Amino acid sequence: MIRFEQRLAPSQVMIYGAPVLAVVLTLLAGGILFGALGYDPLQSMYLFFIKPISNTYGVSELLLKAVPLTLCAIGLAFGFRGNVWNIGAEGQLTMGAIAAGAIAVTWHDTTSSLILLIMILAGIMGGAAWAAIPAFLKTRFHANEILTSLMLTYVATLFLGYLVNGPLRDPEGFNFPESRMFGEAALLPLLVDASRLHVGALIALFIVIAAWLILSRTLIGFQVKVVGLTPMAAHYAGFSSKKVVWMGLLVGGALAGLAGMFEVAGPIGQLQPVISPGYGFTAIIVAFLGRLHPLGILCAALLIALSYLGGETVQMQLSLPLAVTGVFQGMLLFFLLACDVLINYRLVLGLKRKVA
Amino acid sequence: MIGFELETLVAILLGVARGATPLVFAAIGELITEKAGVLNLGVEGMMLVGAVAGFIAVVATGSTGFGFVAAMLAGAALSSLFALLVLFLHTNQVASGLALTIFGIGLSAFFGLDYVGTPIKGLSGLYIPGLTDIPVIGPLLFGHDIMVYLSFVLVAGCIWFLNKSRWGLILRAVGESHHAAHAIGYPVIAIRFAAILFGGAMCGLAGAYISLIYTPMWAENMTAGRGWIALALVVFATWKPGRALIGAYLFGGVTILQLNVQSMGLDVSAHLMNMLPYLATILVLVLISRDETKIRLNAPACLGKPFQANG
Repeated sequence: MIRFEQRLAPSQVMIYGAPVLAVVLTLLAGGILFGALGYDPLQSMYLFFIKPISNTYGVSELLLKAVPLTLCAIGLAFGFRGNVWNIGAEGQLTMGAIAAGAIAVTWHDTTSSLILLIMILAGIMGGAAWAAIPAFLKTRFHANEILTSLMLTYVATLFLGYLVNGPLRDPEGFNFPESRMFGEAALLPLLVDASRLHVGALIALFIVIAAWLILSRTLIGFQVKVVGLTPMAAHYAGFSSKKVVWMGLLVGGALAGLAGMFEVAGPIGQLQPVISPGYGFTAIIVAFLGRLHPLGILCAALLIALSYLGGETVQMQLSLPLAVTGVFQGMLLFFLLACDVLINYRLVLGLKRKVA
Repeated sequence: MIGFELETLVAILLGVARGATPLVFAAIGELITEKAGVLNLGVEGMMLVGAVAGFIAVVATGSTGFGFVAAMLAGAALSSLFALLVLFLHTNQVASGLALTIFGIGLSAFFGLDYVGTPIKGLSGLYIPGLTDIPVIGPLLFGHDIMVYLSFVLVAGCIWFLNKSRWGLILRAVGESHHAAHAIGYPVIAIRFAAILFGGAMCGLAGAYISLIYTPMWAENMTAGRGWIALALVVFATWKPGRALIGAYLFGGVTILQLNVQSMGLDVSAHLMNMLPYLATILVLVLISRDETKIRLNAPACLGKPFQANG
């Protein structure tokens, strides 16, 4: 018989071992899934996880996709650590993209490189403003931030649809629902020639390090952690939970908005009805897989970015639906949550009953 | 002129019922789950899996009835994954529910891919000769599809179950104080498991209503956030089934209103009109949540808290 026995102290090994175990289990389950669908498991796992990054272009695409995931997930981690459940990063990303895109479209013939800077600020502010709504409704009216931030995601997506079908539609675009292409000055410079990897990747890396220092070395990081772990203790220590709500959501919104700006000023180059294939939602998985730790999140983002590329590869090579990516990502989060039990419990084999 | 307007009005009211019914099923399912003390944020995922399972079953068998059964089984099966995680592995309920939604979205898109664009015959309203022919009242009382009537039966059954039946009282006890319920000897975990499965089945049914009756087709993500609206409805209803029904009809009304404003040729962008249900949800949440004590008094005391027998 297998049962769980509570550990006296959380296992340090499993805090880092659980994500690894979860990835291994997901690979096994994925192999079984491919096998059940009648594909050679080994070959399809190769196509999914190794083929996409077997050349430089593939690696650059991996880094490109990891950028929005990293940014959104770090923002979410600031909230999640303080028990602020912002799940509207997708909408905040969209509003950041809209704010930055509107500027690029309005001054489409400028050659000043200042416009990029303004777009970055607009993206950050657009995302933060969108996240400020749930923060205000939560602190002022106690409205559940999970539901409000999610509802606002649908509103943001519809707003983008309205803009590219109406005010921001390209006048010479044959009525396609998309804005005009951004001018040269409004596009992020590329890091690697013949790739789509842009300087946003460097900025994202800088943010990872900054977030790590803030969360581990500053009073702000400590307050967030205490509010999240023991709200009562935080209250007695004079830490304001309202402040943590505001900060969690604003940081989350700002980083998601920046990610949106990077997408439209990077690989997309215009406003379209769809900016992100669900980066804002997938970032929830990235945040958990990375243990809400900026460096962990960076690793997790690379892995999840790989699942997007892998999904595209098996779609082309095995004509499997792209949705297989979502299945993999969901499975990964399930396994991760399940494996986390091993942090506080040990598996015990045998019939011996625990003495209470 | 009057006759034409009445006909339009009847059509609108029938539409309201169609818009509300999936919300009723999903909200009641979640309400029972939450009454047992479990917060399952996976409603949207379970609805999508129910929608696709029901659709595939109808394409395969041609029977709408089979479709609904398949949807309930699929929803319950998916919710059992959630149950395993939160009840036996003590995972965070918020995170596990989000995982369920993400997984459900991927899974439904995966299995539904071959069915995008496949036509099926939707279920039409009842027609009882004589009765349904009565102007205005006839179609409104006797002209809905069978699921609309079932949703009312479900709500009535739920009110009776929670307030009058022994098992309903036990379910509430488990949600209010799992340690007390456990001490008296009630199987807390088993009751929560059953409540989660029931919630999953109802969400599956709600999804199938959308893919089989509301818009008889399958499209990725076709529930379009109704699962989240259903979650908000439970808060709006302060965990009372009757109020969940009223809330669902208010939202059904907003949805249909938005469709009709468009068909009346008003020059408002469809994108902006489509925002209405989501904005209405936020507004209602704010209005209800303002009174924090009211929420605290009505919410099951153990909602979202994990239970361990020897903890």
